[in-house]
Amino acid sequence: MAEVVLKDVRKTYAGGVEAVKGVSLDIPDGGFCVLVGPSGCGKSTLLRMIAGLETITAGSVAIGPRVVNDVEPADRDIAMVFQNYALYPHMSVYDNMAYGLKNRGTPKDEIDKRVKEAARILAIESFLARKPRALSGGQRQRVAMGRAIVRKPQVFLFDEPLSNLDAKLRVQMRVEIKRLQRALGVTSVYVTHDQVEAMTLSDKLVVMNAGNVEQVGLPNDVYKRPASRFVATFIGSPPMNIVPGIVEGDGRVAVGGHMLAVADMAPGLAPGTVLDVGLRPEDLEVSGGPGIRLPVDFVEELGATQLFHGKLDGAEMVVQAPTGAITSDTRQLTLTIDAAKVHLFDRDTGARRGR
Amino acid sequence: MEKRSVISGRLLPYLLLLPQLAITLVFFYWPASQALWQSFMLEDAFGLSSEFVGLENYAALFQQPEYFRAVGTTFIFSTAVTVLSLSVALLLAAMADRQIRGAPVYKTLLIWPYAVAPAIAGVLWLFMFQPSLGLVARGLRSLGLDWNPLLNGNHAMMLVVLSATWKQISYNFLFFLAGLQAIPKSLIEAAAIDGARPTRRFWTIVFPLLSPTTFFLLVVNIVYVFFDTFGIIDAVTGGGPAKATETLVYKVYSDGRLGGDLGGSAAQSVILMIIVIALTAVQFRFVERKVQY
Ligand SMILES: Nc1ncnc2c1ncn2[C@@H]1O[C@H](COP(=O)(O)OP(=O)(O)OP(=O)(O)O)[C@@H](O)[C@H]1O
Ligand SMILES: [Mg+2]
Repeated sequence: MAEVVLKDVRKTYAGGVEAVKGVSLDIPDGGFCVLVGPSGCGKSTLLRMIAGLETITAGSVAIGPRVVNDVEPADRDIAMVFQNYALYPHMSVYDNMAYGLKNRGTPKDEIDKRVKEAARILAIESFLARKPRALSGGQRQRVAMGRAIVRKPQVFLFDEPLSNLDAKLRVQMRVEIKRLQRALGVTSVYVTHDQVEAMTLSDKLVVMNAGNVEQVGLPNDVYKRPASRFVATFIGSPPMNIVPGIVEGDGRVAVGGHMLAVADMAPGLAPGTVLDVGLRPEDLEVSGGPGIRLPVDFVEELGATQLFHGKLDGAEMVVQAPTGAITSDTRQLTLTIDAAKVHLFDRDTGARRGR
Repeated sequence: MEKRSVISGRLLPYLLLLPQLAITLVFFYWPASQALWQSFMLEDAFGLSSEFVGLENYAALFQQPEYFRAVGTTFIFSTAVTVLSLSVALLLAAMADRQIRGAPVYKTLLIWPYAVAPAIAGVLWLFMFQPSLGLVARGLRSLGLDWNPLLNGNHAMMLVVLSATWKQISYNFLFFLAGLQAIPKSLIEAAAIDGARPTRRFWTIVFPLLSPTTFFLLVVNIVYVFFDTFGIIDAVTGGGPAKATETLVYKVYSDGRLGGDLGGSAAQSVILMIIVIALTAVQFRFVERKVQY
């Protein structure tokens, strides 16, 4: 087991593409760190630099006490699960799992013990003799996991390991990965663009955008206090509503002609300043008294919840409520929100304007 | 629903096939059946008359020590050329695969030899290794080697092997390169993380995954050395010295054209024909089953 420490890591590809623009990150021993962000933000590149599959343009990567910038992937004591699984097609499941151990000169009976043990944990004992092409996607995924765990590495690296599975299997495997990682206690770095995976798996969530880290934190903290408009709209489903608001005074913002109390507001914002106000669909409540008036265009039924769609000052707005909770006139909602759940962002930079 | 283009009548398909069929008939089936027929005939010394002798030509052939010598020569020659051309091509392809950026130029340069006619390739090598004038030959002599392919059978063999190999490398290279590029990069990366160094990676991952290509090339190369190297041998050594480079296909020519033994020569070509058919059958069987991991 080991911690992983990145110091101002940069990557510029040969074509001049700056894929990673200075990332510093500290993943504690046994931690589960998820890198999440939109396509092309550099998450895979960062992961591959930790793996040693890409050279590091600047900065340093340390695994445990050792800086590994110039260490071969083979000597970093890591295991990686690829998006397409990358199973060796000409080897049986058993040999796929044993390959890494054989390369390291592990004794035969030890290999056998470890492969069987991993196969038992992952419930793939019955097809150890099969070739990968005779397996379903979910089974291949398990074999890929098995290949990673037999080696008992210092660090697990995952690059979107679940994205080729169907929705149901993905949820199941997600839970299994979490359970496995807990049980083994191996430091893990996991790349995904699925924010549900990111929220549920991580104990350290890293939101990336365009080669930069936007925010690092516990998943709940990131959700409750997004550091930027980008994070606010990226984490959470349906995404946070962003509507224009005008500063009225300390702790007060006017949205859609209604005054909202704000708990977390940067001091010294001049009245009249226009801000982006973030309101999560699930935080908005129907008010008995005055509130933001939202004309509803249509309602989406999701079973357990309903989504009310409308427009406020030209911005799209969604309200989420448990089915049946809103019984008043559903063509026009009057909404309020808890002062602690109002997020303010700079119009231009998107940075949080909180305390 | 499947979309089909409909051609009315049965005539048009046959009409379209006709040129190909005609060519095959005139240039393959007709000479092949002629050879088969001839192999059962014995001509008199002046080629004026011939009589049917059944399998006598074959029997005579198998009593000739020279025939078995040619079999041995062919075996050495084909093994050497196949092994050399496959391994050099694989080495070059593996290098090109790593540095694919420079590959267009590299690839073109490597493909050129394939466009050179066998006899010309042979003459090229003949010149380089010509004992008194050839560049390489003079180099070899200055190193104290008594290089003389005109007198030394081993030297002559080396020369035809080199010429034949050189010509075949480009073809093999193209197929190997295509095969290498079809191997997903993530497999190599997974193996690297699994602790396999480049050499081990090559032998445990890349090479097994290339096996369909290798097998295909193996058969193609054997057919090539058996039959297509006639031009090279004719240009470089003419089968000499003292028949040291006389392969089976060259013996067909020298016995028939030079020796005037049409019946024996025909019997030899029938045997060669059977070898090709067998090789092709083996190949088809395996291609059908897709030599697979
Ligand atoms: N080998 C390469 N050469 C040049 N540019 C590259 C290379 N690999 C990636 N890039 C660029 O670097 C940027 C980051 O790529 P990366 O693969 O890390 O994105 P990602 O966050 O993993 O995206 P995705 O979610 O789509 O996998 C992209 O703009 C991409 O085009
Ligand atoms: Mg990626």
